[in-house]
Amino acid sequence: MSMRYNKVYTQEKFYLAPNRWDFLALVFIFAIIGLLIWSASQMAAPYDVGTGLHISLNPSNLPFYALQTTFRMLIGLVISLLFTFIFGTWAAKSKQAEKIIIPLVDILQSVPILAFQAIAVVPFIMLFHGSMLGPECAAIFAVFTSQAWNMMLGFYQTVRNVPDNLKEAAQMYHLSAWQRFWRIEVPFSMPGLLWNTMMSMSASWFFVVATEAITVSGQNIRLPGIGSYIALAIGQKDMHAVGFAIITMLIVILLYDQILFRPLMQWAEKFKTEETDNEIESYSLVIDVLQRTRLLAFVRRGIIRFDDLFVNSIKSGARAQHKPIFSYQKYQRFFTWSWNIILIISVIFALSFLIFFVLHTVTWNEVAQVFLYGAYTATRVLVLIVLCSLIWVPVGVWIGRRPGMAQIAQPVVQFLAAFPANLLFPLVVIAIVTFHLNVEIWTTPLMILGAQWYILFNVIAGAAAIPNELYHAANNMNVKGWLWWRRVVLPGIFPYYITGAITAAGGAWNASIVAEVVSWGHTTLHATGLGAYIAEYTRTGDFHRIALGVGVMSIYVLTFNSILWRPLYNLAEKRFKI
Amino acid sequence: MTEVIVELKNVEKSFKKSERQDLLVLDNVNFKMHTGEIVALLGKSGSGKSTLLRIIAGLVNPSNGEVLYRDKPVQGPARGIAMVFQSFALMPWLTVLQNVELGLEALGVSRDERRQRALKAIDTIGLDGFESAYPKELSGGMRQRVGFARALVVNPDLLIMDEPFSALDVLTADNLKSDLMDLWTEHKTGTNGMLLVTHDIEEAIQLADRIIIFRSDPGSIRAELHVDIPHPRNDQEPRYRALVDQIYTLMTTSPDRPESLLAAGGKATDISLGYRLPDVDISELIGLVEEMAEPDQEQSIDLPELVEELSLDVDNLLALTDILEILRFANISKGDIELTPAGRRFAEADILQKKQIFANHLLRYVPLARHIRRVLNERPSHRASEGRFLGELEDFLSEEEAERVLKVVIDWGRYAEILAYDYNAGTLSLDNPE
Repeated sequence: MSMRYNKVYTQEKFYLAPNRWDFLALVFIFAIIGLLIWSASQMAAPYDVGTGLHISLNPSNLPFYALQTTFRMLIGLVISLLFTFIFGTWAAKSKQAEKIIIPLVDILQSVPILAFQAIAVVPFIMLFHGSMLGPECAAIFAVFTSQAWNMMLGFYQTVRNVPDNLKEAAQMYHLSAWQRFWRIEVPFSMPGLLWNTMMSMSASWFFVVATEAITVSGQNIRLPGIGSYIALAIGQKDMHAVGFAIITMLIVILLYDQILFRPLMQWAEKFKTEETDNEIESYSLVIDVLQRTRLLAFVRRGIIRFDDLFVNSIKSGARAQHKPIFSYQKYQRFFTWSWNIILIISVIFALSFLIFFVLHTVTWNEVAQVFLYGAYTATRVLVLIVLCSLIWVPVGVWIGRRPGMAQIAQPVVQFLAAFPANLLFPLVVIAIVTFHLNVEIWTTPLMILGAQWYILFNVIAGAAAIPNELYHAANNMNVKGWLWWRRVVLPGIFPYYITGAITAAGGAWNASIVAEVVSWGHTTLHATGLGAYIAEYTRTGDFHRIALGVGVMSIYVLTFNSILWRPLYNLAEKRFKI
Repeated sequence: MTEVIVELKNVEKSFKKSERQDLLVLDNVNFKMHTGEIVALLGKSGSGKSTLLRIIAGLVNPSNGEVLYRDKPVQGPARGIAMVFQSFALMPWLTVLQNVELGLEALGVSRDERRQRALKAIDTIGLDGFESAYPKELSGGMRQRVGFARALVVNPDLLIMDEPFSALDVLTADNLKSDLMDLWTEHKTGTNGMLLVTHDIEEAIQLADRIIIFRSDPGSIRAELHVDIPHPRNDQEPRYRALVDQIYTLMTTSPDRPESLLAAGGKATDISLGYRLPDVDISELIGLVEEMAEPDQEQSIDLPELVEELSLDVDNLLALTDILEILRFANISKGDIELTPAGRRFAEADILQKKQIFANHLLRYVPLARHIRRVLNERPSHRASEGRFLGELEDFLSEEEAERVLKVVIDWGRYAEILAYDYNAGTLSLDNPE
C-alpha cells in the first residue's frame, strides 16, 4: 500500500526542464508512433483477389510482419471498445434494447469465431474491391468477434451493478448523463473491463494469426503478418522459419504485455473500490521509466485539461433538473407487449429463412450426418477437458499452495494462454506424420493446446484463495490423502475450476475448426468432426454448408452451456463460494 | 425571521408488492421545517424514515401528497439541497479534491473557481493535507468528512443527512458531530437548515432542535419533541436525561397497544402471522436475558442504562426487547424492562432446558412458527417447500421482507428443534438430516 501525498494540484510549479529519462521516453514514444503509421500505410495498398501477395520467409522481414499483426490487434481492440461502450451502456439503460442485445450477444458468443470469419470474408472483399482493405477488415473483424461479446457483457453487468449510493450521489449533485458515464460508470467498470479485455486478447492472437492466411472459395489470401509467414513455412516445410515465427511471437506478446497492459493494469489499480491485500502487484518497466520523466507530469497536466473539457463541456440534456414525472404504465404495458411480439416474429422469420437457405441444397440426411460430426467433436472436447483437469488440477493446487511459486507461475501461465497455439501445430503435425500416428486421436490435443492454460490459471488462483487456516485446520485434524482432496481442496477450488473449464471448453470448440484439418507441406491430415466439416467448406466456399455447420456447432455449444456448464456454475456460486 | 424551507403535505409512499397489492411504507406524513433549525427524524430501522428523506431529496417520488421546497413542489433533486450518505458514497477513483469538486463540475463552475472553493471547503472541514488521497486510503471518519465537504462546497440551502454517523465508531462519530456543531453554531456551514435521519436516541438529542419520532408499519409521525437545551449539550444534565427516558418510553411502547404508556405493567403483544419479526440472533437474546438475571441487576432495569452498559446499538436493543416481549420473557414499561417469571426460568435453565422453554414459547406466541409446525405435522411426508410459506407471507410483506422473516423463524425453529431445514433443496421438514 503506497501512501503518497504528493499534491497533484501544485505540481504545475515544478518539473520544467526535461531530464535524461525524458529522452529515453521520447525515443520510445516516437518509435511506436512511427511504426504504427508505417503499418497503416501498408494496409491500404491495392490488391486483387487472385494475385498472391508476396510473403517472404526471410527472417529479417519478421519484425515487420509482427508489427502488422499487432496493428490489426490494436484496431480490433479500439473497435471492440467502442462497441462495448455504445451497446453495453445502451443495454444497461434501456429495457427494450436489453431484450434484443443481451440474448443476441449471448448467442453470438457461442458461435465459433472462425465461422464468423468464413461468412464475413467474401462481403468484406467485395466491399473494398481492389484494395487490401477488404481482407484486412476481415482479419480485424476476427479480432473484434473474439473480444467484443465478452467485453460488452462484462461492461453491461458492471454498469448495472453501480452501487445505489453512487447513483444517488450523482443525482443529488446533478451530474448530466454524459458526466455520469465518464465519472461513474466507466471508472467503476474499469478493472473488470481491463481484465476482460486482457483475457479476450489472448484468444485474439489465436484468431488473428489464423485469419491472416485464409483460403476462400479456392483463393489463397495472405495478408502480411505472422500468420501468413507461418502458413507459408508450413507449405514449404521450413522448420527454421516455423521456429523463427514462434520466437517472434513470444517477443511480440511480451512487449504487448509490457507496453500496453502492464501500464494499464497499474493505472487501473486506483479504480478498485477497496484495497485488497494478497494481490500480485503488477510491475511495469515502462511505467517505471515514464515515472522518472518530467514529461509525464507535463502529459498528465494535459490529460487533466483535456479530460475537463471532454467531460464537462458537452452539455447533454439530462442536466435539466426538473424532469416531468408522469405515470405511463398503461402505455408501457402496451409497448412492452408489441415489442415482444415483434421480437418473436423476427426470430421466427430469421430461423425459417436460415433453415430454408440451408435445406435449399442440403438433404436431411446430410443434416443428420453433420449432427453426428458434431457429436464426434463434442466427445473430443469433453475427453480433453477431463484429461486436462486430471493433469492440471493437481499441478495447479501444488503451485497455488506455495505463494512464492504462484507469484512466478501466474504471469507465466497467463503468457502461455496468450500465445497463439496454432503456431505450435506444425510441431505436432510433424510428429504425427513422422511416427504414423492415428490422425483421429492425435490431432485432438491440438484443440486444447491453447485453452488448457485457463484451467491451470484458475486452479492456481483458487488454491491460493483458500484461507491458510483451512489448510492448517485440515492438517490439525490429520485429514490426508483422498479425504483431503474430497473435503478440503476440491470444494475450495470448485468455483475457480468451473470458470476455467468453461473458458477452456469454449476455446476448444473454437479451435476445432483449425485443429481437425492440419497440414505439413503437401500432407494434409483430416480428422472426422464438425470442425473439419466447416473448414472444408470454407475452403471451397459453399455457404449453405458453412451455415449448416456453424448453426449445428452453435446448437451444440448452447446446449452444453445450458445443460452442463450453467448448472455447474450456479452450483459453484451458491454452495462453494468462500 | 424564520421561513419555511421544506413542507410535507400528506405524504404517502407505497411500493408495488404484487400485481394487485401495494405495500404502504409511509402514511400521511405532515411537517414543516424552518430556517435555522436542525431536525432529527428518529425511528427504528425499517420505519420508512430513510425513504422519507429520499422523498424530500427528490430521489424518490411520493405516491401521494406533496413536498414543497421553498414553496415549490419537489420534482427530482432540487438545487439547494445537498445530501450526506450513510455509506459516504464517495467515488473511489477520484481523489479527495476531485470528489469535492464533483458537484461543482456538474454545476458548470469554471476550473479555477472550482479548485478554490473545494480547497476552502476541505480546509473548513479539517481535511487539509489529504487533498490528493484516495478515499480508500482514509479512515471512516475522514471519509465522512469528505462527504460533508462535498455537500457543503455547493453552499446548500438545506443539508440532509442519512444516518451520517452510524457507520463510524463511537469516538470518531462524537468527534465529527462536535466539529459539525461548532461549524453550525459559528455559522460556517453556510446552510439554512439541517435535516438528519437517525436511529440513535442520544445522537438526536445531542444535535437536534426538534425530534420527530417515527413509528413503523407503516411509517408515520408518532410524536414531536422540542429540545431547548443550549449547545454544547451535557448528557448528564437532568433535562437531557428526562428527554432520553421520554423517548425510550415512546419507542418501546408498541403502537398496537392503545396508549399503554398509562397502563401499569404494560400488556404483552399478541402478534399476527405477518408480523415483521425482528432480526435477532438467539445467542444475543440468551446473552441479554442472562445478563438481566444476574444477581447484581435490579428487578426492573432502565433501558438507557442497559444500552450503555452492554454498549448495544439502540436499534439492536429495540429488536431484542421487542422479541422478549412477544415471547413473554420480559415486560417493558416507561423505559424500564423487567424479566417475567418465565424469562427468569429461561435465563437459569441449562442448554437443553433452554431449548425446550424457547420451543414452547415460540410455538405459543409466534403464529408463523406455529403455522409452519402445523403444516409439517399434517403432511404425511412431514416436509414442505419454503416457497409455500413465502407465498403466504407475501400477502402481508414485500418479497424481500418475507424472505427475511422466514429466515428468522427458520433460524429460531432450528435452535428450538421444532423443524429442520435443507438449504440446498429449500425444504422444511420435521426430521434432522441423516
